[in-house]
Amino acid sequence: MTQPAQYGLLAEFRSAEHLVEAVKRTRAAGYRDIAAYSPFPVEGLADALGIKRTCVPLVTLLGGLIGGAGTYFMLWYSSVINYPINSGARPLHSWPAFVPPTFELAVLGAALAAFFAFLFASGLPRLHHPIFNARDFDLASRNRFFLCIECRDPHFDDSRTHDFLRSLDPMRLVPVPW
Amino acid sequence: MSPRQPRREFDFSGVPERSRREFLKLMGASIALASGCSRELPERIVPYEDMPEQLAATKSLYFATALSLDGYGSGVLVESAMGRPIKVEGNPNHPASLGATDVFSQAAVLTLWDPDRSQTVLRQGVLSTWDAFRAALTARRSRFASQGGAGLHILTGSVTSPTLAAQLHRLLDKYPEARWHQYQPINRDNVYAGTRLAFGETREPRYDFTRARTVLSLDADFLRSMPGHVRYARDFNGARRPGETPSANNRLYAIESSPTLTGAKADHCRRLRASQIDRVARALAQRLGIAVESPTSVPIEAGWLDACAFDLLTRHGESLILVGERQPAHVHALAHLANERLGNVGTTVQYTNPVLAEPIDQLDSLRQLSAAMAAGEVQELLILGVNPLYATPADLEFARHLQRVPFSVHLGLYRDETAMRSLWHIPAAHELEAWSDTRAYDGSATIQQPLIAPLYGGRSPHEVLAVLAGEFEQDGHAIVRALWQGELGGDDFEHTWKTSLHNGVVPDSAFTAEQVTARLPALPPLRDADSSELEIVFSPDPHVHDGVYTNNAWLRELPKPLTELTWDNAVLMSPESGRRRGLANEDVVEIEYRGRRVRAPVWLLPGHPDESLTLQFGYGRTAGGRIAPGAGFNAYALQTSAAPSFDGGARVHPLGTRYPLASAQMHNRMEGRDLARMLPLSAVIQRTAQGAQPSKHERKLLYPPFASPTYAWGMSINLDACVGCKACTIACQAENNIPVVGKDQVQRGREMHWIRVDRYFEGSDAHPRVHFQPVPCMHCERAPCEVVCPVEASVHDSEGLNVQVYNRCVGTRFCSNNCPYKVRRFNFLQYSQDVPSLNAQRNPDVTVRMRGVMEKCSYCLQRIAAAKIASEKEGRRIRDGEVVTACQAACPTEAIVFGDLNDPASRVRIAKTSPLDYVLLEELNTLPRTSYLPAVENPHPDLQET
Amino acid sequence: MAGQEQVLGAPSSQPVLRGSYTYASITDKIADTVLERPTHWAWAVGFAVSASLTVLFIVAMSYLFAKGVGIWGIDQPVSWAFALTNFVWWVGIGHAGTFISAFLLLLRQRWRTSINRFAEAMTIFAVAMAGLMPILHLGRPWFFYWLIPYPNKMNLWPQWRSPLVWDIFAIGTYIIVSILFWYMGLIPDLATLRDRAAQRWKQVGYALLALGWRNDARHWARFEIAYLLMAGLATPLVISVHSVVSLDFAIGNTPGWHSTIFPPYFVAGALYSGFAMALTIAIPLRATFGLQDFITARHLAVMAKVMLACGLLVTYSYLVESFMAFYSADRYESFMLLNRMTGPYAWIYWTVIFCNVIVLQTLWFERVRASPWMLFAVAILINIGMWLERFMIIVVSLHRDFMPSAWGMFYPTFWDIAILAGSLGAFALLFLLFVRFLPVISMSEMRKLVKERRESSS
Repeated sequence: MTQPAQYGLLAEFRSAEHLVEAVKRTRAAGYRDIAAYSPFPVEGLADALGIKRTCVPLVTLLGGLIGGAGTYFMLWYSSVINYPINSGARPLHSWPAFVPPTFELAVLGAALAAFFAFLFASGLPRLHHPIFNARDFDLASRNRFFLCIECRDPHFDDSRTHDFLRSLDPMRLVPVPW
Repeated sequence: MSPRQPRREFDFSGVPERSRREFLKLMGASIALASGCSRELPERIVPYEDMPEQLAATKSLYFATALSLDGYGSGVLVESAMGRPIKVEGNPNHPASLGATDVFSQAAVLTLWDPDRSQTVLRQGVLSTWDAFRAALTARRSRFASQGGAGLHILTGSVTSPTLAAQLHRLLDKYPEARWHQYQPINRDNVYAGTRLAFGETREPRYDFTRARTVLSLDADFLRSMPGHVRYARDFNGARRPGETPSANNRLYAIESSPTLTGAKADHCRRLRASQIDRVARALAQRLGIAVESPTSVPIEAGWLDACAFDLLTRHGESLILVGERQPAHVHALAHLANERLGNVGTTVQYTNPVLAEPIDQLDSLRQLSAAMAAGEVQELLILGVNPLYATPADLEFARHLQRVPFSVHLGLYRDETAMRSLWHIPAAHELEAWSDTRAYDGSATIQQPLIAPLYGGRSPHEVLAVLAGEFEQDGHAIVRALWQGELGGDDFEHTWKTSLHNGVVPDSAFTAEQVTARLPALPPLRDADSSELEIVFSPDPHVHDGVYTNNAWLRELPKPLTELTWDNAVLMSPESGRRRGLANEDVVEIEYRGRRVRAPVWLLPGHPDESLTLQFGYGRTAGGRIAPGAGFNAYALQTSAAPSFDGGARVHPLGTRYPLASAQMHNRMEGRDLARMLPLSAVIQRTAQGAQPSKHERKLLYPPFASPTYAWGMSINLDACVGCKACTIACQAENNIPVVGKDQVQRGREMHWIRVDRYFEGSDAHPRVHFQPVPCMHCERAPCEVVCPVEASVHDSEGLNVQVYNRCVGTRFCSNNCPYKVRRFNFLQYSQDVPSLNAQRNPDVTVRMRGVMEKCSYCLQRIAAAKIASEKEGRRIRDGEVVTACQAACPTEAIVFGDLNDPASRVRIAKTSPLDYVLLEELNTLPRTSYLPAVENPHPDLQET
Repeated sequence: MAGQEQVLGAPSSQPVLRGSYTYASITDKIADTVLERPTHWAWAVGFAVSASLTVLFIVAMSYLFAKGVGIWGIDQPVSWAFALTNFVWWVGIGHAGTFISAFLLLLRQRWRTSINRFAEAMTIFAVAMAGLMPILHLGRPWFFYWLIPYPNKMNLWPQWRSPLVWDIFAIGTYIIVSILFWYMGLIPDLATLRDRAAQRWKQVGYALLALGWRNDARHWARFEIAYLLMAGLATPLVISVHSVVSLDFAIGNTPGWHSTIFPPYFVAGALYSGFAMALTIAIPLRATFGLQDFITARHLAVMAKVMLACGLLVTYSYLVESFMAFYSADRYESFMLLNRMTGPYAWIYWTVIFCNVIVLQTLWFERVRASPWMLFAVAILINIGMWLERFMIIVVSLHRDFMPSAWGMFYPTFWDIAILAGSLGAFALLFLLFVRFLPVISMSEMRKLVKERRESSS
């Protein structure tokens, strides 16, 4: 299959409000394969893009449960089943002493889960992405706000989409080459 | 032990492969020596086969022999592992031991293996050979033989050895002009002179404390330092077990010029300057109805003397007065007379022939020698086993006169001061290396058999004398055997000889009591009473004695009784005397006495008489090994032949400098805590009458206890019996391969002793009550150390032992922090040295610990294991008394009892059922397996000590 | 927002961000401290000093491993001293960082924005130093991993009842979570540096670290949730970690250790010393890199107030400890306290009281809180005071416990001091490298702050 010449069209905006507005109109215009870029998290942008709630919290919870339960099992198994020994005449199953490690490892499990869930859900790490081919896109991490309509969107049509974006009054409009 | 407790613990990290090979080399060497000297030891020495039950639990061989101190022998059994003498135990058959030992016997093995021992013959400090020496000596013989021995002088220490005495007498018969001098720095001159004064003939007093109900000690430390003290301590405490039988009690009055363990254990102790004791003796004698005019002023309250006299009189035939070797002859004579008046002769005190073969006045003998040397009359001088250049009164100037002796020979274990200045030095064989014999305090003879061929080709005095007498072909064994053949004779000599060797005592060799009648001696005029001049009292160091043990690291690091000092000696004085002079511990002073000066650090000792200094011998050495020189000060430098024991007229000049001393106990008061208990006799009898209280241990416990189904090991320590001699500490060190750490480490508080003897002072500095408390691991059933160990290195086994798994220990030291008894010891650095000869001494049953590992008392786990193997072979339980811990075995007074708490008949179980039984820091609920019985004081009702 | 302003009692006259910054200018200013700015002389001096101290640290550790802990002054009965004191002190310092970045994030405290980054860095480096100490203090440090559960031929496990094992879990978790949290917050800024870097190698380096972050709205959405969750997880660690550390002592039976007040007492102390250290770092930092606009007087004042609050909690703990010692009528407890106040180490006790209680009171005054250099002085004194407090708790309790016969003293050796000084040097070194290679202030969060300020102003 031959690569399409272009990844999408990138519109550059000055302010977050402007971007949110543009995203809303773009979605209204029926575009779906769009992406918004901002130098900081912009309130309302996610809703405007119609991003569904992520799985990160659930995974975190599971991570915590596994960490905690696993630890307590290890403590119990090692000191009651696998290696029972009289230490200071304390009961083999000294549950109060088992609480601190259990708690700590529960937290650890949850934290690891949260971090990696975030990366996975965001498709990171990723070495390269066509969006970086766009001119001045590096400003996305400084002071500019971008909206990109990808070519693979069914409604995408080079001239019409171009005109539509223009109608959003961006500072600049550039193609994103592959 | 539970199967969980790994006994696969043979961690040789401390003893790497290399050094074990070196050890084998060394053994090879000594075997070679043995064959070289054509000695097939095994056929000659007789192992101690049928072990008394107490010692059964071991696979090594034991040999009975004797070790001597100041000439007096004490029977021992020496454990020989794979041909290496590694541990000394007491000999139950021997009257002076009864199975116990003092610290010196315990340390003997270290001296034996001491790498610093002299290893070669020296001529003028240059390497030479035994044959060269023999040739030289033979050459000299032609000279003195021609002149009937004139110019030939022999200097020995106190000789009790029948063989040596016989050799010397033969020699003197052969060469009538030759002279034999005896001088032992710690000698019996005053004792013998005392008997001569009282009885007109020289006698050896022998005491029987089992029958003494009232004892008065005049400057006599019979619990710690007299000949027979081990036996005396046993007897004295044996007669004093009110906890077991209320009637078994006695009362000890002590008057001492320098603090001793005897004074510490006394029910009534008075501290006086040495010169004052004469006064008290006369005052008492008068109260006992002896016609002496009472001194005008007596330094003790009349009430005290009255009470003492009353007790002595009412205990007719059951009382005892004994006088220390330091006191002048007439005080001894007074005591003998008093004992006779009190009907004690034949009951609590007996008089036998002197144990020394030649009971001469040794100081006089030494005087004659140095005079002869000064006059240039001495052509040949043989110095056998003593070190006169160091250990003789300064005014005799032995060193200077020796230069006038053309042919001087020194036989000694070390290249000591005398060795350096003699023409010839011959390395001596250690007592455990050579054939000899010796007599105990009661005359019992022991044939000393070698445990190993001389490691460094050392010679015994017998061999040297044989050469001197021109009896070439004889070796030690032949000489000794020949003598006893004569003594014991008989056709079954072979059998007698064997039994003597086997039992460690020559049958019926103890002296029998002689009939004596005492008369009142002429008493010299008293010293001026109120003279406040500063007195000096000379005494042997408690651990290095007169200097013979200065190079013995165990004894050097063993905290001295009362002062707890290690590694150095110090001038002891009372805190009051120190305060008057603005002196504190470790301040350096210059002591001036009869124009001689010595610099020494000060140690303020509660209970020391005021205006008196105690100077202890044995330090300030200039030669004699690697650790002997350069520590402490030399007390001999102030000693004069005019007053070798004590004298007035000393002056002390503070120098404003300090000399750091290493004390093993920094704090000396109990701070009102219930640690070492002491009860009055009345309370003891009452509590015993009430019978056993409900066990303290039945208390609410948060968790169910772990059972000890098979054995439950426990220990009971009787503080009343403990005299604080520290034999347990050093026995433990020998048994458990406990390293020596050195002075700087002790100063940091890092000594490693597994069982320490705490010493507390109570009451005023002038008249303190002294408490002793041996503290090993308590083996708590609820051990605080175990809970906090992160790696299960400190765990409990199924027999209630708190075991330390060295291989697992990572050294967090949390266990030590959490041990309220602070009995855990940590290898802060690599303490156990890797020295081949020292490795050879180590107990193969005990792991050598490496740096970074925690260690502590294991209740002699290895002995328990050995007993278990023995018992399992026979398919029975371990019998009571079959496991004896090292500390228990050494203890002269049987203060320590160890055994199985599951056995209702075991001695330890019975001891713990006593209503007096208590545990340390009970409120912490650690449930120790080690418990204590309180000390008992038995004061005279009219006397309330402050 | 206004609500929390009241909570912190900060007059709104003092902004958390001064000057008129745009997204661009604020980004450039912070990014340039890393990418462009030439080395500042103060940085160079600091680097030289801390580097040489680090060398000392390495030498001291090498000698320690070669000879054993005997090179220190520890003994019987004082077998814990400097190493454990340093450990507790360093862990405590770490807590302020987590408190600022996580706890205040949950409370939506805007003023945390410009200080959380370096506070987190402080946490990580401090905990790294702390983590070293327990290993160094082992008799056989090469076996430290025996405290960690792992399948092994010896069929042995750690002894779970020991607080030292809990430490392994607590400290391990703490350092890992802190690093994740810190790194996650860094990702957008690393992307910024990637985009702004001029040299190729810097671009590649930062690009790799940024993991391909594109400032995509989807990324941001998950980022915010995950970051909040992380904050929620880090927050209990602030409480739990130093509670566990306190159990190293409270579980023991030594008088002066065996006390139920320890966990809260230690946590308060941790935040106390942590904020002191945060100030000790922030004040020179803003001066050296001209960050006064971001780390404003407002920040310093607020930190001072938190410090005051924690300090009062610590003071209260001292009072309760003393009261309980007497109220318990326990001979050993009361002796322990008297010994602290009048014993051979009394000077330590009174220095602690002076630094942690007396000096603290100056923070009641507006003028002190407003003056950076006065605050700096106070912070330094409190750092010292808190170190001495831990020393007092550990050594002064140990040196005289139950058996007078076993009482002793502790005298530090050169190597004790070398380890302490060395760890300070290594900590400073890490921090100085951090300010050279990573943005000390979160740029994305500052941009957000700029936006919010615009909204509030319009």
